[in-house]
Amino acid sequence: MRELTYAQAINEALLQNMERDERVFLMGEDIGKYGGIFQVTAGLLDRFGPQRVMDTPISEAGFVGAAVGAAMTGMRPVVEIMFIDFTTVCMDMIVNQMAKIHYMFGGRGKVPMVLRTNIGAGRGAAAQHSQSFHAFFVHIPGLMVVTPSSPYDAKGLLTTAIQDDNPVIFVEHKKLYATKGPVPEEFYTIPFGRAELKRKGRHITVVATHEMVNRTLRVAEELARQGVELEVIDPRTLRPLDQETILDSVKKTGRLIVADEGPVTCGIHAEIAALVAEQAVEYLQAPILRVGSPDTPVPFSPPLEQIYIPDEEDIRDAVERLRAYL
Amino acid sequence: MELSREQLLFLYTTMVKIRLFEERIQDLYARGVVPGLAHLYVGQEAVAAGVCAQLEPRDYITSTHRGHGHVIAKGAQLKYMMAELFGKKTGYCKGKGGSMHIADVEIGVLGANGIAGGGIPIAVGAALSSKMRGTDQVTVCFFGDGSSNNGVFHEGLNLASVNRLPVVFVCENNLYGISVSQKQHQLIEDISVRSIAYSMPGVTVDGNDVVAVFQEAGKAIRRARAGEGPTLLECKTYRWRGHHEGDPNQGRRYRSMEEVQQWMERCPIKRLEQTLLGKRIATRKRLQEIWESTRGEIDSAVQYAQESPFPQPQDLYEDVYS
Ligand SMILES: Cc1ncc(C[n+]2csc(CCOP(=O)(O)OP(=O)(O)O)c2C)c(N)n1
Repeated sequence: MRELTYAQAINEALLQNMERDERVFLMGEDIGKYGGIFQVTAGLLDRFGPQRVMDTPISEAGFVGAAVGAAMTGMRPVVEIMFIDFTTVCMDMIVNQMAKIHYMFGGRGKVPMVLRTNIGAGRGAAAQHSQSFHAFFVHIPGLMVVTPSSPYDAKGLLTTAIQDDNPVIFVEHKKLYATKGPVPEEFYTIPFGRAELKRKGRHITVVATHEMVNRTLRVAEELARQGVELEVIDPRTLRPLDQETILDSVKKTGRLIVADEGPVTCGIHAEIAALVAEQAVEYLQAPILRVGSPDTPVPFSPPLEQIYIPDEEDIRDAVERLRAYL
Repeated sequence: MELSREQLLFLYTTMVKIRLFEERIQDLYARGVVPGLAHLYVGQEAVAAGVCAQLEPRDYITSTHRGHGHVIAKGAQLKYMMAELFGKKTGYCKGKGGSMHIADVEIGVLGANGIAGGGIPIAVGAALSSKMRGTDQVTVCFFGDGSSNNGVFHEGLNLASVNRLPVVFVCENNLYGISVSQKQHQLIEDISVRSIAYSMPGVTVDGNDVVAVFQEAGKAIRRARAGEGPTLLECKTYRWRGHHEGDPNQGRRYRSMEEVQQWMERCPIKRLEQTLLGKRIATRKRLQEIWESTRGEIDSAVQYAQESPFPQPQDLYEDVYS
């Protein structure tokens, strides 16, 4: 199969959905001529014109709110927020409007829109451009939260997101934009709430998201040579969460590590750990461990930023701590 | 009001300092020596220099992602700035902030800001505070044309207006917010007209004419200090470089070579230079000395930054709370 980068895969999903469905249009800062600061929307302005690829003023609350209104009245907007850090500027629109409308109106009206954004540190962009607080949105009922870790998933999940009648927060990862992988040319979807078993293993279940999936797979490769088998699960969507796949795996391995780039306190780690504690505690043979970012803002200085980012070494350390229970 | 020889030379020196600092960063970036993002101020020097020259050390500013010029003009030390850009422990923010977050509360720099418009309400709050504390401090709030569309701009101006706060809103209209031209992001030509909605004076000035900026900023700052309330001062200018140092070909994706060239011909430093030489306020030799000694200052700032240590791993956990 031909290979695309993660950014190109998202671009192709946008293009195919816009071709098939006239209601789909894009809004965001610098997504037109500039092609988006990560080049995700490159070429789409030429293809579809400024009516359907709208460069917005810097007014996140304004255009995210406008997307809510457009979605309620028959359109299918896909909005880009340049960095997840800037969703705070339009939090009312996301949390109190976008997420609530369908329920609050007793099921009357719907908000079929997608808010695309990205997480991840490592570019020396400091505390206001590097955060990974996607778990914020999992906390809000009414929102779907999608976290693709590969080009293949990014394309399929984005199509599902656009076709879904619910508001979706589609969380990309900056480090992944340039990574390549096989992506079919045809139009396809990947259902929400279906995790992917990335690697089978007997000893420890690692539930990992985004770039943590790839980091974990690299560690798993090394550890396999030492006789420790990690079972790696990528939930792909955090809401809805595929509880069954996670629980089945933990029932088999009896050990769990959750690896997500968000800050550990109140992160998705905690939710998954609680799920296992509630529903499979009797299968556990070891403490549940969490790998994520420390409880500090993202530092600028390169050596500190490197320590800040949860990486292979942190995953290895967690596995090491579980060795006593193997 | 005519400016004195000292005032003119001071403005000139500040602009040269900003220009050379930014050109050095450009070079360090190209060579991969400094990490992260750098949004350079080259071409806009007259705004920071002209406005800040009217401020007292006790006054405040809030700055933006393109903030090096503002903080230099407000009196920041080049060596601590440079060390911060290198991510060193000796930097203004101990290496935690980088280019976009330089701050020194002691000299009234309430921070550069990575959020477009983020500094606007903060400036309003600082002005509110000095009013409540009964001081005569003024706050200057710098922001771009693009940021003037954010909700906080309107909320901030209204709040300042109804409370007659001692704040001057300085909009640096460099005609672009990243790639989106002002024509595309708002249909007004002069952003200063927005002052009408908040019942405050609105002034548009040639932002490449440092003398004009100095004079208009002086009026607005004196009004603020006298308790007469806020002003919206728009300075029309242009950034010569791309949005940041990674923007391909200095932003040719969204603006023409000719346009950049035309604005480079209106260089604020050259312009003042012509006045200085024409009126025989300074000799070419004197001006040359200013460039040379500033280069020396920047050399030692770079050396200081290079020789400084990086933060230690445990520093990551420091300063989360005070
Ligand atoms: C709330 C928010 N939205 C988007 C951005 C991304 N961004 C950074 S600078 C910028 C353009 C700012 O334009 P302007 O205010 O005119 O300042 P200039 O860069 O021209 O100095 C944008 C969109 C941001 N930092 N914050």
